[in-house]
Amino acid sequence: MKTSTANTLFWLVKREFWEHRGGFFWAPVVTGGVFVLLNIMGIITGEVFGARNGFNLSFGGSQNNMRLLSQALDKQSMDTVGAGLDMVMYSSTMIMGIILGFVVFFYCLGALYDDRRDRSILFWKSLPISDTATVLSKIISATVVAPFITVIAGALTGILMLLMFAAALSLHGVSVWHLLSLSHPLQVIANMLGSIPLYLLWALPTVGWLMLCSAWARSKPFLWAVALPIAVGIVIGWFDLLGTVNVPNSWYWRDVVARILGSVFPGSWFGEVSGIGGHNPAELLSSLSVTRGYTALASANLWLGVAAAIAMLAGAIWFRRWRDDS
Amino acid sequence: MSAVISASGLSKQYKTTLALDQVSFQIEPGRIVGLIGPNGAGKTTALKAILGLTDFSGELNVLGFDPRKQRDKLMGEVCFIADVAVLPRWIRVCEVVDFVAHVHPRFDRAKCEAFLARTKLQPNQRVRQMSKGMIVQLHLALVMAIDAKLLILDEPTLGLDILYRKQFYQNLLEDYFDENKTIIVTTHQVEEVEHILSDLMFIRDGRIVLDADMDAVGERYIEVMVNADQAAAARALKPLDERQVFGKSIFLFDGVGRAQLEALGEIRRPSISDLFVATMKGTYA
Repeated sequence: MKTSTANTLFWLVKREFWEHRGGFFWAPVVTGGVFVLLNIMGIITGEVFGARNGFNLSFGGSQNNMRLLSQALDKQSMDTVGAGLDMVMYSSTMIMGIILGFVVFFYCLGALYDDRRDRSILFWKSLPISDTATVLSKIISATVVAPFITVIAGALTGILMLLMFAAALSLHGVSVWHLLSLSHPLQVIANMLGSIPLYLLWALPTVGWLMLCSAWARSKPFLWAVALPIAVGIVIGWFDLLGTVNVPNSWYWRDVVARILGSVFPGSWFGEVSGIGGHNPAELLSSLSVTRGYTALASANLWLGVAAAIAMLAGAIWFRRWRDDS
Repeated sequence: MSAVISASGLSKQYKTTLALDQVSFQIEPGRIVGLIGPNGAGKTTALKAILGLTDFSGELNVLGFDPRKQRDKLMGEVCFIADVAVLPRWIRVCEVVDFVAHVHPRFDRAKCEAFLARTKLQPNQRVRQMSKGMIVQLHLALVMAIDAKLLILDEPTLGLDILYRKQFYQNLLEDYFDENKTIIVTTHQVEEVEHILSDLMFIRDGRIVLDADMDAVGERYIEVMVNADQAAAARALKPLDERQVFGKSIFLFDGVGRAQLEALGEIRRPSISDLFVATMKGTYA
């Protein structure tokens, strides 16, 4: 059978998926399921209490008003309703995004360590695969495969939520299609998918640092990865206190520690984007859109992070090749 | 044909210990070499050097490659089973077969599946659900389906019961080995590999103390069972080892003429384990 580099890489990534199906696939799916379940419970609770107390879940208090309301929405409030619905779609992915951050963090930390600990590295190393390809496949898994699955799961959950809310509202006389036509599900999905390349670039320093620790540590990579930068930060703070060396403490915590430990959490790049916020949900959403997110590409922080990440990953590959402790 | 492995002046220093001390040897194709030595003698280090898993000083050429610089290419031609049970515990039989089939250019899937069909392994079974013997069966099925020039086995049968051990070497001989392949095996269960080896290497404290093919070993080392009255004469010939059995003495000689020994008593070929014990005397003292 013929094997090419691209093919090998594909199978290496597949291998990572097999091994980490729990984190990469089941974590977002279960989160989405729980999210949907909680919302169904919420809607039912609302309906039951509403019925018991003799009023309907509608702004005006009666169905007619609600229908009138939805028909009479002006442009401004239509935008608001649309943005609210988009927010509903985003909300599930945001929760999953936090889960994704944890999954990717611990995945990277174990990626080049776990197989050294259980000695299965000796099996992987018995195959004609370069260490560069191995590390590369783990980077792709962390920064492309995992967020992609999260986005897909998030989008599906979001659509489900949207339909659920629309169905619930339709019980009160609001036209489902009218409401749905106010939301922008495709745009939401495109926004989320479009964020993946940004996620890759932004998360790279954290991925690089964690994988470097993972490839280097003889034991307890978590301790090294987390305790080392924090200890350095404390020492810097102490020196600052004494006034001997003047390393700006806040710079260290924000531009070093946060970048090498926290950048796997999606959306953390918005710290580099100016003008977040707005007077209404629609404005807020558009300020968080993917095109605005990409203005982070103009920041030196992002590219310095990428450069540092490449150096750390080169180190990780070197350690993967030569670490001899199994 | 040129040597599969040629090493000269191979050294490896760990922090305080010298694991390999100026080791030189050659291994020809079509041989089954037993690399035998006490714990900590440098066997695994030597194998790791051959596989490019560790850095070392000296010259080493494996199938025309330098294991330090051309490891990825080398591993296309070399297989190894390093210790028992290094297969990842989470993987399923079908997954590992799939994976190796797609990343290894010399893997024959049909052959692998034929081997697996002769075992009790199920495609969906995970390694963590298998016994040690079954893991080795799976690993062996994978390795035997790879048309490699060199197979390295580091304690492949440690901790297996005798049925698995016998079957392991039997499969290896019947279904895998041919004149184009070379096998290097380290093991402590010397008796079990004794009959399949074509070459023998003893390693002690990082040095090769014996490197010969089995025929040469048979000519060089002779065991003689001597009656008590001849014992003094035998001792005069400086035996490697002496032990008592049923009132007779058994002497092990290195390089003493066959005719001379036949005069002393009944001669026979020493077992590798006796030879090993005699050669390694005082290792742990």
